[in-house]
Amino acid sequence: MADFLLWAWLGGLMIAAIAGPLGSFMVWRRMAYFGDTLAHAALLGVALGLLLQVNISLAVVLVCLLLALLLSTLMHTRLIATDTLLGILSHASLALGLVSLSIFDHQNVDLMGFLFGDLLAIGVQDIIWIALACGLVLAALVPLWRPLLAITVNEELAQVEGINVALMRTLLMVLVAVVIAVAMKVVGVLLITSLLIIPAAAARRLSSSPEQMAVLASLLGMLAVSGGLALSWFYDTPTGPSIVLIASALFFLLFCFPRSFRLS
Amino acid sequence: MSNVLLQATNLGVKRGNRWLIKDVNIALEKGQITTVIGPNGAGKSTLVRSLLKLINTTNGDINTIKGLRIGYMPQKLKLEDTLPLTVARFLDLGRHKQHQLSPQLWHDLLHECRAEKLLERPMSALSGGETQRVLLLRALVRKPHLLVLDEPVQGVDVTGQVSLYNLIVQVRDILGCGILMVSHDLHLVMAATDQVICLNQHICCSGHPEQVSQDPAFTDLFGPQGAGNLALYNHQHNHHHTSHGDIIAGEHHEGCNHG
Repeated sequence: MADFLLWAWLGGLMIAAIAGPLGSFMVWRRMAYFGDTLAHAALLGVALGLLLQVNISLAVVLVCLLLALLLSTLMHTRLIATDTLLGILSHASLALGLVSLSIFDHQNVDLMGFLFGDLLAIGVQDIIWIALACGLVLAALVPLWRPLLAITVNEELAQVEGINVALMRTLLMVLVAVVIAVAMKVVGVLLITSLLIIPAAAARRLSSSPEQMAVLASLLGMLAVSGGLALSWFYDTPTGPSIVLIASALFFLLFCFPRSFRLS
Repeated sequence: MSNVLLQATNLGVKRGNRWLIKDVNIALEKGQITTVIGPNGAGKSTLVRSLLKLINTTNGDINTIKGLRIGYMPQKLKLEDTLPLTVARFLDLGRHKQHQLSPQLWHDLLHECRAEKLLERPMSALSGGETQRVLLLRALVRKPHLLVLDEPVQGVDVTGQVSLYNLIVQVRDILGCGILMVSHDLHLVMAATDQVICLNQHICCSGHPEQVSQDPAFTDLFGPQGAGNLALYNHQHNHHHTSHGDIIAGEHHEGCNHG
């Protein structure tokens, strides 16, 4: 097997693993549209990174974080409905990102790679970045799991019980931003949300506890990455969309399963 | 003074240019059941939510004993069906690291709430009454000093309501906690209450149930039928409310806050 394929597979697996629990939170908290907005802002991060000649992943994380903070502040003021706000920011940042990227010489910027992912171009250095980011997110998730779950069930109950709801909400956004920054390599900004949402939604049918759903989502995501890579390798299809396609196929397959089939 | 768990003075919440509640003074004591009653839109939930510090107050202070543990039972719980959660797990999320009920007591409470058989059920598969009992248990699991119940009998049929109120009194006796309860039905609550606060933006009257039921402000709020046989006599209320609940200017306001 070619080296680059191994790196691609390894990187994809790590990201799918970490996307499982975070994607579950996004499904539980109805954050799909929010994820899209952050993902689109990631393109702006790429442009900014190129412009200022800093590490692109770092620029993406920073831009996502800024947007996440901006979003939570604006949502709090309740000037306009949340979905309208998300719709505006999502497409405004996508457009701004595309326009800014067009300034650069086309030979140096792989726009398609950013939009749809370029998993096969992953190198050792990327793997180290991905491993660091995933390790960080995982290490943060362990102590945060219970409070995050508590605010997901009911924010008011959690607050009365002494959990800092605003802080937890912000931390979750930070974690999602980090995952989006690294997952951009795999499926690109346009499809990131699907890598987070689809495996989690598919896992719902089989799970009877939150933890089960998170772990299953990771496993299904890893399966989708493996299948998508294979599809891409044998039939020369674009890798990112192939992964999302396999994930969707898994979702529909599990959807047809009888609901009584549950792990206990 | 030593029995007071939470004391609020001159509490006011203003949204836009309208006062949702104003000049509310309230003291919640250990072992005592306080019930807030009032018509719809009187600011009952606003009062509860400001005492719980879920919303910001415009005026006033809230003082509590140090390390006050509150068990809160919200009006209703909306759970996403996408979250697979059993009743046992839901209850566990409310557990306090240090302050836990003894296994025996927990077992008793589970029994009283008829929830032993619910533990393995998914939260999404509970009926209205079952959800209320589970929510009550969730509020109890952290061994609270103060139990706050916002319309605890909502969505429960009449026989269920009686047993739920009985349950609440039992819980007070077992845990010795203070209880703040919101309700808009009068008769059932009266029997289970030490102190009634009649709220319509401001406190119209407060005191022991019998005392309050004879208060003109009480009859004024609920009408003779609403006050029912609780009110033994009627006389004229000394002020009137506009449709917004504001006291009409020019009339004196003395005697509105009864002990």
